[in-house]
Amino acid sequence: MSDLETFRSEIRAWLEANCPPEMRQPVKSDADVCWGGRKFVFQSEAQKQWMEVCAAKGYTVPDWPKAYGGAGLTPQEAKIFRQEMARIGARPPLSSFGIWMLGPALLKFGTEEQKVHYLNQVAKGEIRWCQGYSEPGSGSDLVSMQTFGEDKGDHWVVNGQKIWTSYADEADWIFCLVRTDKTNKYQGISFLLFDMETPGVSTKPIKLISGNSPFCETFFDNVVVPKDQIVGELNRGWDVAKYLLGHEREMISGAGAGGDGGMSGIGAAMRDVLAEEPVLRAQMALFDVDNLTFRAHGERFMDEWKTGKAHPAYSNLMKYVGTELNKRRNELVMAVGGSNALEWESERSNGGSKARGWLRTKANSIEGGTSEVMLNVVAKRILDMPGA
Amino acid sequence: MAMTLNEDQTMLRDSARDFMGSEAPVKHFREFRDKGCKDGFSHGLWKQFAEMGFTGILVPEDQGGLGLGHIEAGIVLEEIGRNLSPSPFLTTSVAAVEALKLADSAMRERWFPGIIAGETVIGLAIDEGAKHRPEKTACTAERSGNGFKLSGHKQFVVQGASSDMLIVAARTAGAAGETDGLTLFAVEKDAAGLSMEAARLVDSAVAAHVTLDGVQVDADAVIGEVDGGWSVLTKMLDAGRVGAAAEMVGVGSGAMDMTFDYLKQRKQFDRLIGEFQALQHRAAHLYGEMEGARSVVMKAQSLLDEGHAKAELYVAAAKAKAGLACNLAVREGVQMHGGIGMTDEYDIGLYMKRDRSLNEFFGDAWFHADRVAIMNGY
Repeated sequence: MSDLETFRSEIRAWLEANCPPEMRQPVKSDADVCWGGRKFVFQSEAQKQWMEVCAAKGYTVPDWPKAYGGAGLTPQEAKIFRQEMARIGARPPLSSFGIWMLGPALLKFGTEEQKVHYLNQVAKGEIRWCQGYSEPGSGSDLVSMQTFGEDKGDHWVVNGQKIWTSYADEADWIFCLVRTDKTNKYQGISFLLFDMETPGVSTKPIKLISGNSPFCETFFDNVVVPKDQIVGELNRGWDVAKYLLGHEREMISGAGAGGDGGMSGIGAAMRDVLAEEPVLRAQMALFDVDNLTFRAHGERFMDEWKTGKAHPAYSNLMKYVGTELNKRRNELVMAVGGSNALEWESERSNGGSKARGWLRTKANSIEGGTSEVMLNVVAKRILDMPGA
Repeated sequence: MAMTLNEDQTMLRDSARDFMGSEAPVKHFREFRDKGCKDGFSHGLWKQFAEMGFTGILVPEDQGGLGLGHIEAGIVLEEIGRNLSPSPFLTTSVAAVEALKLADSAMRERWFPGIIAGETVIGLAIDEGAKHRPEKTACTAERSGNGFKLSGHKQFVVQGASSDMLIVAARTAGAAGETDGLTLFAVEKDAAGLSMEAARLVDSAVAAHVTLDGVQVDADAVIGEVDGGWSVLTKMLDAGRVGAAAEMVGVGSGAMDMTFDYLKQRKQFDRLIGEFQALQHRAAHLYGEMEGARSVVMKAQSLLDEGHAKAELYVAAAKAKAGLACNLAVREGVQMHGGIGMTDEYDIGLYMKRDRSLNEFFGDAWFHADRVAIMNGY
């Protein structure tokens, strides 16, 4: 048996022994997601146990080095780990912006001290992070942001406002873009980390068209941030932010696709209805073609990305394709559901989960860079189209 | 397996790319078209394919071939597509070889050496109407003497009139629409009662209408099992489908690259037209579609090579997606080239014609999307 096959059988046995049956059920809503952090209330004993056994083995972040709380798996091993998790339908033991976004940024730009301190907290689910990027006047044109950190010797005093901060009201710490030089647009931004309980930080949830409030406005009023809480060099935070946006795009591109992401479940359940709706059925069939395509595309992208063969801007393409596909999926789920899918509060509709989920997906192609910005980036950086 | 080419596959791609680019570029295709070549391809080029080792790529090693898989066949097909290189490779070395692998040893020994040598051409006599519906096969094979007597009509038999042998799907039992009761036969070109009418297609390929008027074949002309031809047919068609999909990735990529180059050269309103965001977004979208097509085709190839249970689903998705993406590439290609794209002198229109034929070959995108829905349970 090759080393990888041995590894696969070990992982399979470990998952069999350690993943509780409840954690092999599909994630139905945000309430089923384990986010970790100081304020997090576990939904069940199984959820807590699953996170803890994984954290102890480094399996919450399997491809991070062991010193930072990971399991130190190689790309091939990590792929096998993902495949074996998927095989039994295991839920992610821990989901967090710390894993998806801050982690990769710290691994690349952090000091050794920062990596050991912050990454271990993330891997163990002790600290939940949020991201402070967008501002009311700075959406797609993020670099125009104004939140300012005034240099006070051994610390900065930060004033300003962020918007669309995901789960800011539930997060423990924030990684935040702060202007530290007003005279230089791109090279005047720093990437700072600070505790959301620092005096002067306040949050206000934003109610969305889905009726839910996953995002907040976040206000900074004379917030003191010590100088050692900067990632990367002073005024070079934009480099960190760009690198991290790549990971955000990678994440969003694969988000929202429960199960295999296709129409087989709903299609088979609604078979009789669809027999009388040939045009709708055809739309679903074409969606399924694109869904299978995207799965294969994602797999190929990951294989190329992890071995350094992917174009550095490729995640922009995946973000565009994946989010547009997810919006299409939800349009079809609503269409197949008919008037049943319109229900907003009933128990029968699980509190309007289809309708709310559908509305939520409309943000997919806006957050983390709009589809239009993604297409600009692909055209210029990958296709090398002329012009400014 | 990883969805990236390994070292050997990368070398094969480089040599196929060099070979097609120098020996069979679009110029080669044009020359044959302008000559009104009756075969639609060059026998000399087919021999060169053999010298390169391409012809026996899917033939097992112990039978004189390279014993490689669909990924490798697809690598060659992509370069064929990119250069519009006319050859019997897809029908003979990919689809027919996959069917013949399931034939008895006498038949394999009869046909493999000629295929590997680049001397034999095999036609696929499957379709009976204008659309690909293999289960609707009505052509009959009645038991007669030591064998069978075949009667019926076939069409879209690519390079049929130049073929040494036709693989004919016929019904030994059951009724049109049923997958049981089909049998595949190897019918040699000089069989009595076999007649063909060659027709040139929009892409200058030549396909035949075939009439089988009581064609007598021996029992040993059967490929696989009598009445159980569906499994052989499926294997042959899936090889052809994923192969056509790979060729379309090549056609689409060729058209796309040519178009992107044009956007970087052509000036209007004192600017390169590639500076216009309206065109940049369409270009980026097209690139995403082609990259998706490339990925799903590769996935289907690797699942076929593994003999995976989901191979058929992915083959259908791959043929559908490659068809849709390649079609978008040639339509955007002609549109973005403007007036020059409408001229015969310019190559982009040739890609549009080739796409149309390949989309239709082995079932179009709508046919395969329908199959995806059926396999997904609705």
